[in-house]
Amino acid sequence: MIEKFSEGRMVVFFFVVAGMFSMIHPATSMADALSPFKGESGTIKISGGTAHIPVMKEAAKRIMRFNPNIRITIAGGGSGVGIKQVGEGLVDIGNSGRKATDAEISKYSLHMLKWAIDGVGVVVHPQNPVKALSTKQLLDIYSGRISNWQALGGLDKPITVYTRDKSSGTRAVFWKKALAKGDITDKAHFVVSNGAMKAAISQDPNAIGYVSVGHIDESVASVALDGVVPTLETVKQGRYNVSRGLYSNTRGEPVGLAIKLLDYLLSPEGRQIVADKGFIPVK
Amino acid sequence: MKIGERFSEKIFLLAATISVVATIAIFSFMILLGLPIISAGHLIDVLTGSWSPDHGVYGILPMIIGTLAISSLSLVFAFPLSLGCSILIAVLSSKRISLLVRKTVWFMTGIPTVVYGFVGVFLLVPIVRELFGGGSGMCILTAALLLAILISPTMILIFVDSFERVPRSYLMAVDALGGNRIQKLIHVILPCSWQGILTGLALALGRAMGDTMISLMVAGNAVALPRSVLDSTRTLTAHIGLIIAADFDSLEFKSLFVCGLVLYLFTSIMVIMIRRLDARAGSRVW
Repeated sequence: MIEKFSEGRMVVFFFVVAGMFSMIHPATSMADALSPFKGESGTIKISGGTAHIPVMKEAAKRIMRFNPNIRITIAGGGSGVGIKQVGEGLVDIGNSGRKATDAEISKYSLHMLKWAIDGVGVVVHPQNPVKALSTKQLLDIYSGRISNWQALGGLDKPITVYTRDKSSGTRAVFWKKALAKGDITDKAHFVVSNGAMKAAISQDPNAIGYVSVGHIDESVASVALDGVVPTLETVKQGRYNVSRGLYSNTRGEPVGLAIKLLDYLLSPEGRQIVADKGFIPVK
Repeated sequence: MKIGERFSEKIFLLAATISVVATIAIFSFMILLGLPIISAGHLIDVLTGSWSPDHGVYGILPMIIGTLAISSLSLVFAFPLSLGCSILIAVLSSKRISLLVRKTVWFMTGIPTVVYGFVGVFLLVPIVRELFGGGSGMCILTAALLLAILISPTMILIFVDSFERVPRSYLMAVDALGGNRIQKLIHVILPCSWQGILTGLALALGRAMGDTMISLMVAGNAVALPRSVLDSTRTLTAHIGLIIAADFDSLEFKSLFVCGLVLYLFTSIMVIMIRRLDARAGSRVW
């Protein structure tokens, strides 16, 4: 929720500044990929998956610097929210970190576009000596059967398990592929976005959680699962298999500014943004 | 003049009607949408069961307990604090200090709860974790401490108000008898303003129960039944916030309306209590 509020505000504020800036320095070098936005004006409203936010923010920043008459707002909420809001017509693009279900597609006549592949990595506090787990150990931690780091070669401290709510696409993928739909202990703490997960893990020395690989940085330590460290490389090579697509959904075929934004994400420049933010662009 | 009067009367009537209708509409709306659960005979299960959507169990008992635990503990922290602060403002301190404290309290009423939550995550949570060892620091205690700060200003202002409503003649009588300020406070001011104190408590408790952001951010939102104040828990409001994104047609989503009803019931009880106290206070002849 924090992310929803603060990011939304900050993004809007940033764009106003970026817009003013562009009047002084016309961005000529980016004109190629951005030229479809020339002469356009209007608003694009985006919400949903929180893994998508860094890419969406960067793309929006560039588009709005190129053409200040376009306003793009980005909110979080999770994949479930993205699909629901785009289906109800509240936003133009609803992001999801999982495929929409058949029921959702037919109910809202959703049109899905997959523009990146992303891993979901297990993370712990940087000071935690445990940096590798087997799938069996992970299952035991998440089900609550192992509740102390000592059993895993760490300090004699209780494990705090962090998870996401059911509307999270990150959770859906992690639960299906890493936990094999196993139980999650009822003592698990719930956080509401990838950003909030990272903040919680970086604060709590006894924590374990999972975030989009694109969000992993030095504030948290990634944990090798069955010997494979979740990184951009291992996800790309297919060696780390807790991965998923990042989708942007529209109700029906995308039209107007929405399709231009989605096309931009698929352009060489857009794909570069995707890669810079730690995801694997889709061809 | 006449026309203006009649016109404004109509406007006020309309405003009153709208607010009454809205309140009733919200209540009926929740009953109507919660009906699938109520009529299927699941109501008792939902009210007394645990929450495990993966197993098709949608009980909200842990959240009801969580709400009651956090809000009542926050009241335990906030009440002495508020009472002391209001006595300072209304009775003990000099005019200047009194005004300064009062201004500060007024200012505090306007701070959004998300700010408290944010500060709590980065300051209070690590302190609680280190002080009490083990656990994540996201627990009932942390949330209750933050909520205590949130609800104190409401209580302080109501307490001060009720202290200041004590008739001057009573206070002058104490002075005439040679009583000091402490005696005045204990024997006259506090006994005279107990209704105001209860009103403040009820209002603060209602505010604590209704708050979403603080418990969502610092209580950890675990669905297990809490066994100690250092356990993580989830309140009804945080639960609604977390589950709202679920599919409209799912039983999970429909159980939220039972949550809403329970919250509605809690706050209604508070409001009715305040009303009854106010009515009694009003009928009293000084």
